[in-house]
Amino acid sequence: MPHAAFLQDLLGANIGCRYFPATNDSRLRSSSSLPFPVCYSLLSRTMALEIELISPFEIAKDLVRAVQEYALLATQSVANLFRRPLYMGDMLQQADLVGVGSLPIVVLTGLSIGALLALNSASTLQRFGGITLIGQLVSIGMVTELGPLITGLMVAGRNASGMASELGSMIVTEQIDAMRALGTDPSKKLVTPRVWATVFMLFFLTIISDLLGLTGGFLVARFLFGLDSNQYWTTAWQILVFRDVFMGLTKPVLFGFIIATVGCYYGMSTRGGTQGVGRSTTQAVVASSVLILVTDFFATKLIFALFGVR
Amino acid sequence: MAAPTLPIEDQQTTRGDGSADAVVFENVSLAFEDNVVLDGVSFRLPRGETKALFGVAGSGKSTILKMTLGLLPPDSGRIFALGEEVTQMTEQELFGVRRRVGIVFQESALFDSLNVRDNVAFRLMEEHLSDQEIDQRVSESLRFVELEHTMNMLPSELSGGMRRRVAIARAIITQPEVLLYDSPTGGLDPVTSNTIVELIMKQRDVYKTSALMVTHRLQDAFTMATHQFDKSTSQMIALPKGQRADVPMSFLLLRDGKVIFDGDARELAASRDPYIREYIS
Repeated sequence: MPHAAFLQDLLGANIGCRYFPATNDSRLRSSSSLPFPVCYSLLSRTMALEIELISPFEIAKDLVRAVQEYALLATQSVANLFRRPLYMGDMLQQADLVGVGSLPIVVLTGLSIGALLALNSASTLQRFGGITLIGQLVSIGMVTELGPLITGLMVAGRNASGMASELGSMIVTEQIDAMRALGTDPSKKLVTPRVWATVFMLFFLTIISDLLGLTGGFLVARFLFGLDSNQYWTTAWQILVFRDVFMGLTKPVLFGFIIATVGCYYGMSTRGGTQGVGRSTTQAVVASSVLILVTDFFATKLIFALFGVR
Repeated sequence: MAAPTLPIEDQQTTRGDGSADAVVFENVSLAFEDNVVLDGVSFRLPRGETKALFGVAGSGKSTILKMTLGLLPPDSGRIFALGEEVTQMTEQELFGVRRRVGIVFQESALFDSLNVRDNVAFRLMEEHLSDQEIDQRVSESLRFVELEHTMNMLPSELSGGMRRRVAIARAIITQPEVLLYDSPTGGLDPVTSNTIVELIMKQRDVYKTSALMVTHRLQDAFTMATHQFDKSTSQMIALPKGQRADVPMSFLLLRDGKVIFDGDARELAASRDPYIREYIS
């Protein structure tokens, strides 16, 4: 089977099952006996017949529909806050899952990022005799940018995938239909608690991450570069202005909303059994991570425009 | 070959608003892109009657159940459930109708993170009833399906037949006016299937609940048409031939998205349509 195996690797398709049974050409039924060029040429012809062409218009239509459905889910998740019933129990349960569950990963990444930031910038600062500025650099970097961003990405990886797979499994096993049939709105019962629990908990997780980042930076500055503790913490504190703190605390709210709505959207739009659940999970992580990065850029630009650049 | 349809006067026996019947379908059509699932389907389910829906896989039987609850909207036509036109309702308005209708899904669709008690009590918990009342009603409902001992078990710990019975308990806990069963005996052994048929019959004969039952097993529907549940002995008894006409049981056969038969067991047995004859043989 070397030819068929090669083509399978090359095309990423199961040739024996997908292409050959579709033709009446008896030579194609035993691909292993074909010389490679003949096999490839016949395969190309068969493939050309089977590949379905999708017009750009259809792709654009699907994209618009997806954006529309996402916007509807996101809007409903906000509107549901003002409609009864409010599922406080589910909200607390989700807050525990998202907040307490993500704490270890946030602690570790926060500490590491702060320490790495200090370590990487210290050698440059030392060259210019500015090692005392290390507290300022870590503080600004963690509070305005890295704290919210890294925490957002970590929580996205952990929770957007979790939400997509959980809701996706519920879709494919008809549990969401069962919930609707039992007179309960899945948007209120499942989506809204996840969205607000994530927004609320990511806010506090980011604060924890910022503090641990500063601590990581301090450990490097104090024990590797011999900086005075008082000097580190004083400069780290004094450099922060209202704009920095505002930026650092606005971003997790936006990121939390993105993580949960994207996770829920991909979960609720799952199609195609367990394979579909896997696809939704991956898409949720990729889409939420990309959206976080894009939103981060525009949020930073907007806040700079509102409060001015330092 | 196109499937034969029922004569139009047989199909359109509703009163327009459908208030006299538990469920009414009026000329309902649905297609998923090029795939026509239902093509002008019309029937009515009188109150207190159980109607068995037959047809080959993909003929739209389960779709009919989902449309009855408004879980899927039709492309055209009107659907009434308990006198209310579900095709004209918003999702929020539909929740009111859905609370009066129970459904047993094909794969049970139990919430896998909740135990049996919470699954069965789901609707009651949404209505914020007291724990004491919930426990009492869950016990009653589980006793009906003879699974009282499974209260604290998770769905994953139950067998397929037990899951199906828990799904029935969940559907009947609020004593709905209409029950929808999607292949309740599918994939089960004959003994468990018989237990479930008996439960459906009990619901029909003791509580007089209207029901639509999707099934592939003709023998289940024929058992329901020829037996009645005896409350005094708590088991089903075969009826003598003369009394079978009194059983509130009818049959509906779908083919290529169209209704090709809608009538009782006697009419089904007397049908000369070659497809129907082949189907029931």
